[in-house]
Amino acid sequence: MDNVKETVISILNDLTGEDFSDNLDENLYDSALLDSMGTVQLLLELQDQLGINAPVSEFDRNEWDTPAKIIAKVEEMQQ
Amino acid sequence: MRWFIPYGNPTYFIWLALAIIPLMIGLLYGRRFRGYQTIISLFFLILTFGGPNWKTGIALIGYFIYQIILVAGYSHYRQKKGSANQGWIFVMTVILAIVPLVIVKVTPAIEGGRQSIIGFLGISYITFKVVQTIMETRDGIIKEFHPILFGQFLLFFPTISSGPIDRYRRFETDYKKVPERAEYLDLIQTGVRYVFQGFVYKFIVAYYFGTVLMPGIERHALMAHGFSWNIIAYMYVYSMDLFFDFAGYSLFAVGISYLMGIKTPVNFNQPFKSKNIKDFWNRWHMTLSFWFRDYIFMRLVFFFMKHKVFKSRVTTANVCYVINMLIMGFWHGETWFYITYGLFHGCALVINDTWLRFKKKHQDVIPHNKLTELFAIFLTFNVVCFSFLIFSGFLNTLFFGPNKF
Repeated sequence: MDNVKETVISILNDLTGEDFSDNLDENLYDSALLDSMGTVQLLLELQDQLGINAPVSEFDRNEWDTPAKIIAKVEEMQQ
Repeated sequence: MRWFIPYGNPTYFIWLALAIIPLMIGLLYGRRFRGYQTIISLFFLILTFGGPNWKTGIALIGYFIYQIILVAGYSHYRQKKGSANQGWIFVMTVILAIVPLVIVKVTPAIEGGRQSIIGFLGISYITFKVVQTIMETRDGIIKEFHPILFGQFLLFFPTISSGPIDRYRRFETDYKKVPERAEYLDLIQTGVRYVFQGFVYKFIVAYYFGTVLMPGIERHALMAHGFSWNIIAYMYVYSMDLFFDFAGYSLFAVGISYLMGIKTPVNFNQPFKSKNIKDFWNRWHMTLSFWFRDYIFMRLVFFFMKHKVFKSRVTTANVCYVINMLIMGFWHGETWFYITYGLFHGCALVINDTWLRFKKKHQDVIPHNKLTELFAIFLTFNVVCFSFLIFSGFLNTLFFGPNKF
């Protein structure tokens, strides 16, 4: 499980240039760190690195708007 | 028999108040009278699509049956065990779903302004709902097809003519449940406030700009036979009229939905306060721009990136911005000014992103303070108003009308 957390944080780090290790509840959209482009890149990276097949319409912004929520979603989808 | 454009006149509001009070009493006591809601929905649909408009009513019924069969068929295909989920079947289904709208949009352009007989008020907005449902069914997010719920969603009468465009999964959740009393009281409070704000927007402010000011300015601009300051005045007056009229309508639609215990998403969030064009599209006609973002832009980006069509992320974004906004232009109608409007906004988004990247790179030398923010708001406002001048078609009248330059 830690693996998922590390991977998500490293993907987000690549996309936004920020380290969220200690900031898991930061809202990625309110702070404009992530936009539609970044979102799609995130989905593709999750697919490549973790084998998560999340289609674009799965992506409800309210459910994926912080690193913590993304990690939780990914873990849920891996099962 | 008369007919009523939704929220068009006081009589419509009286009917509306009388019809939804029983529904509201039910909701306050923890019941949703679904049968009753269906009956009043039919009543309001007949007010708009009946009487002298009966032909559009027939078009609506035909269209509705067609789309129900189409979505039912596609859902059946996707939900049977071991569905192959073929790309071409999905694409064909989407094409079939938009064919009626395309016919309605193209007919006036090729037949000298004559309207298609299969058209009716609000066809675009129902088409958006159908297409997004097909896409989410393809993605496996919508797992079952329920013809009654889907029908209620498509024909939800408060938003039938011009949106806001709701999402099926969101609508279904609200429609199936009854809000807690405290939550519903909040909804009533907000709903009533929206409706009254809508009155001020549509019947006072938009009336002043659109009906009192605009005709005179328009006449002066046309009589100048060339550039005059009246064109600039027209640009601002038209922009104000467009906003207050449409935002007013949207407030009615959202307010009435709230009273019915359905949280239809809002359409405007102080768009003239936008700091840049991207910000503007997050605040202006939001349900439309979010629809385009989620069902066109993001899917295009996904496709291009997955198949590595373009080397750089920037090129991908730029190409998608322009395609996205061009499609929006074509959706508005097949005239040069709507298509130019789309292209204009596509390019504006590209320039906006380029500037933001440049600014980020040189943030140590480019100032950022209250003053530059004010300037950004001022600039965005003017760019937007100019785009509305294109959109208005007034330049078409000026350039090609009987009183041309």
